[in-house]
Amino acid sequence: METNLAPVTNATILVWLLFLPFLGGWLSWQAERYSRTLPRWIALFTMLTVLGISLWLWFTGDYSLGTPSTTPQWALQYKAEWIPSFGISFHLGLDGLSLLLVILTNLLGVMAIGCSWREIDRYVGFFHLNLMWNLAGVVGVFLALDMFLFFFFWEMMLVPMYFLIALWGHSMPGGKSRIYAATKFFIFTQFSGLIMLLAILALVFLHHQGTGVWSFGYMDLLSTAQGLDPKIAWWLMLGFFIAFAVKMPIVPFHTWLPDAHGMAPTAGSVDLAGILLKTAAYGLLRFGIPFFPEASRDFAPVAMSFAVLGILYGAVVAFSQTDIKRLIAYTSISHMGFVVLGIYAGTTEALQGVVIQMIAHGLSAGALFILCGEIYERLHTRDLTKMGGLWARLPYLPPIMLFFSAASLGLPGLGNFVGEFLILTGSFKVAPLFTVLSATGLILAAVYSLILVQKAFHGKPRDDGHGAHLEDLSKRELAMMGLLMALLLGIGLYPQPVLNTSATAMKTVELQYQPAAATAALSAPAP
Amino acid sequence: MNHAMTTQQLTALLPLILATLTTVVVMLTIAFKRQHRLVAAMTVIGLNLALLSLGPVLLAANGEPIELTPLLIVDGYAIFYMGLLLVTALGVLTLCHAYFEGYAGNREELYLLLAMATLGALVMACSRHFASFFIGLELLSIPLYAMVAYPVRDSRALEGGMKYLVLSGAASAFMLFGIALLYAETGALGFAEIAAKLSAGRPGILLAGAAMILSGVAFKLSAVPFHLWTSDVYEAAPAPVSAFLATVSKAAMFVVVYRLFVNIGLFRHPLALDALTWVAVASMVVGNLLALRQDNVKRILAYSSIAQFGYLLVALVASGGRATEAAGIFLLTYIVTALGVFGVMTLVSSPMKDRDVEHIEQLRGLFWKRPYLSSIMTTMLLSLAGIPLTAGFVGKFYLISVGVDTRQWLLMGAVVAGSAIGLYYYLRVMIMMFQPIPVRERVSEPLNWVQQSGGAMLMAAMALVLVLGVYPEPFLQLIRSATLALR
Repeated sequence: METNLAPVTNATILVWLLFLPFLGGWLSWQAERYSRTLPRWIALFTMLTVLGISLWLWFTGDYSLGTPSTTPQWALQYKAEWIPSFGISFHLGLDGLSLLLVILTNLLGVMAIGCSWREIDRYVGFFHLNLMWNLAGVVGVFLALDMFLFFFFWEMMLVPMYFLIALWGHSMPGGKSRIYAATKFFIFTQFSGLIMLLAILALVFLHHQGTGVWSFGYMDLLSTAQGLDPKIAWWLMLGFFIAFAVKMPIVPFHTWLPDAHGMAPTAGSVDLAGILLKTAAYGLLRFGIPFFPEASRDFAPVAMSFAVLGILYGAVVAFSQTDIKRLIAYTSISHMGFVVLGIYAGTTEALQGVVIQMIAHGLSAGALFILCGEIYERLHTRDLTKMGGLWARLPYLPPIMLFFSAASLGLPGLGNFVGEFLILTGSFKVAPLFTVLSATGLILAAVYSLILVQKAFHGKPRDDGHGAHLEDLSKRELAMMGLLMALLLGIGLYPQPVLNTSATAMKTVELQYQPAAATAALSAPAP
Repeated sequence: MNHAMTTQQLTALLPLILATLTTVVVMLTIAFKRQHRLVAAMTVIGLNLALLSLGPVLLAANGEPIELTPLLIVDGYAIFYMGLLLVTALGVLTLCHAYFEGYAGNREELYLLLAMATLGALVMACSRHFASFFIGLELLSIPLYAMVAYPVRDSRALEGGMKYLVLSGAASAFMLFGIALLYAETGALGFAEIAAKLSAGRPGILLAGAAMILSGVAFKLSAVPFHLWTSDVYEAAPAPVSAFLATVSKAAMFVVVYRLFVNIGLFRHPLALDALTWVAVASMVVGNLLALRQDNVKRILAYSSIAQFGYLLVALVASGGRATEAAGIFLLTYIVTALGVFGVMTLVSSPMKDRDVEHIEQLRGLFWKRPYLSSIMTTMLLSLAGIPLTAGFVGKFYLISVGVDTRQWLLMGAVVAGSAIGLYYYLRVMIMMFQPIPVRERVSEPLNWVQQSGGAMLMAAMALVLVLGVYPEPFLQLIRSATLALR
């Protein structure tokens, strides 16, 4: 029932992008009856296919989509009636931003399957069912252009993630159980999600009041939302913000994250840090800011203080962790702080930086979690105080870990640097104070990254009963790490293809967010 | 008024007549031949005939309400809920058959009781007069006392039955008193007549009457603060009887009360609505909180049903317009889900032993032993928690949309908080079924439950929960057209 849209040419390929992981997950669950390795191969094959499809879409599609304006444009769409009595449709849409995140999701999906190859030996089929359904849910979030559908996927990705943590996680000896962590994760996100649902429904009813039409369509609600009474807009914006703030996570809503990471299996951590956190940033970019630009602008100082708080707090707390996975979890909080800063700064540079930062952080955090998993497999501990001297005992793992730690601290030449640099330059014009404070986070990043490397790898080799030489990374693991390293280097040295892809989408967000900048940009002659 | 029945009216009475005949036939069958399977089959056939007779009723009604004496009315609303109640009763019947196979005493009378209670529920669905309301209510409640205490040698069940008898009797007395007050002021008992004469009465006494009626209603719906019996009775009763309590008994009550609310403006008095709002908020919060520390799954489900009816009260507070649809869709999703969840608890306890499987530890690792049954349970628990892809989400979504539409922010806050708290215990029960167990115990238990009617019913319930969750449109249309009478 979308009124202001030209008829949609349906791109079935988007449905496949969503549907294949569901199908593959179900197949690998069923395949468990016949063999223990078959589920893995089915899962891997499916994710490679989906990755292939998304890359193909990237190479063949044009994502510049004409001149940017305040109206978002889609490269591909798919639309079918779903629940017409409420104006709900199955509406998917793809633009540069969603494409990049879908590629990231599928790539990390392949990595997650790869890194569970040896780690997961219980209920293999059911594990892959959950993993793939989670990935499918995330892809759905990135593609949905109907608010009901969006919420549907937003909630749907929780259940598989809950199972991943609760069934295949590691309980801390003497500490809290993995079920505790999984339940905490679920309740935090569900609670905030329901608040967002209230905001969505309020928006739908306001739209109905204004036009007499029931619709959950993105474009319909966009026009309604932008013309709202400022007071109402403020409340609704807050409803959206809370949901995204919990998922991002923004300090002080972050407490579920270290627990979830601490207990999750490696694949779960890769999934969480690499992909799930990005759905929140995506949500802000796609819904939070465009729906309520003015309210968001008013709210920006608050959001930015949260961002700075997150950057500094995450970094400081990371520094004092002894559990290697919790340490990286806190660094994620710190890195996502930059993303929040960039989003609320809202200039094109900052927003483009956000995109790069999301991708680079997804890759580097994913890799770090995989390496943690490898270390744990060899030493059966994640306690930094019980490591040390690994450099002498393993030829490949330590330098690779050093590489990703360097990426995480923002070493020039690697992807994270480009992201953080763009965010900081882009934000400086708008909010110099917050930017300066955030930049100190980079120093802290160096501290925690180096302390991680120092504590784990340097010093005297320990005799912990695992022998003087540990089994090093296998070819499978080396190949995975190699690919991630190459990608980070690629983004660090030549980010242009990525930037080109997301340019229009980000420019649109900027124009929506800053009408002043918009008029200036539109009146100025094109360079 | 001419009291001779027309064919149309007789047709409209068919479901009630057939349900009455069922009780008579079942009673006679027991007198002649005591055989479990035979009696169960007679009941199933009788109730199915009553269900089928809704077809002719629908044709006879042709979209118009049929008035049957001042007591009953058969409109789209009544027909829809009669169908829903009959299907639910049949679902419970299939569970009873599997369960009571293991009971050492006389099993057959249970079906008689169940058929009578169902008849009472049907009367309530058609009622438009306090007399028929009360007759239906007692016809529903009295067999239930006996059903709760059916295993008479079990002191727990007896105690539960006693408790239910005494408290329910008190609630009925309250309700009667309230009805009497309304009658004293207006001189009428029909819903419409009372509504027409409200202005003649003294507001204070009318409100007192409404309050007493509402407290009786709240007892039957087990809304806080009238909920204290719920967990004890659910725990004590045989599992399928708990299923009946949680579905048919509550739904019938809600159906007639909703009609009451729409028909008589007195119940929408601001004071009454405020009171009801707080009852709803308390039910959601307290129901969910009390479930947190329980280890007995039947008790957890009892508290969960308190909370679920707290959500449903949102529709009652909003009554009219889209709320009618919302109540319909929520009741439908709730009933299917509750039937499923109690069904699983029944089947894991079937055939009946000294004590039902009810401690949460007894579910440990169920998934690796009985994958289908625990998949059904998982789906149902997620549906109760309101997670997308399941029916519960659609029901809750509809309710929230009505709440947002009518701007009941307090209730909405309670729904959100209640849902978040509720997740904890739903997940707790769910994950217990997936806990790893030693490999040697991981043998699939005999699959014979699938062949049994109970298993088939559960499969159907699960399919319905998923279909409702993924493609609710046809059901929305159905309920919309059925509830036009009461918008």
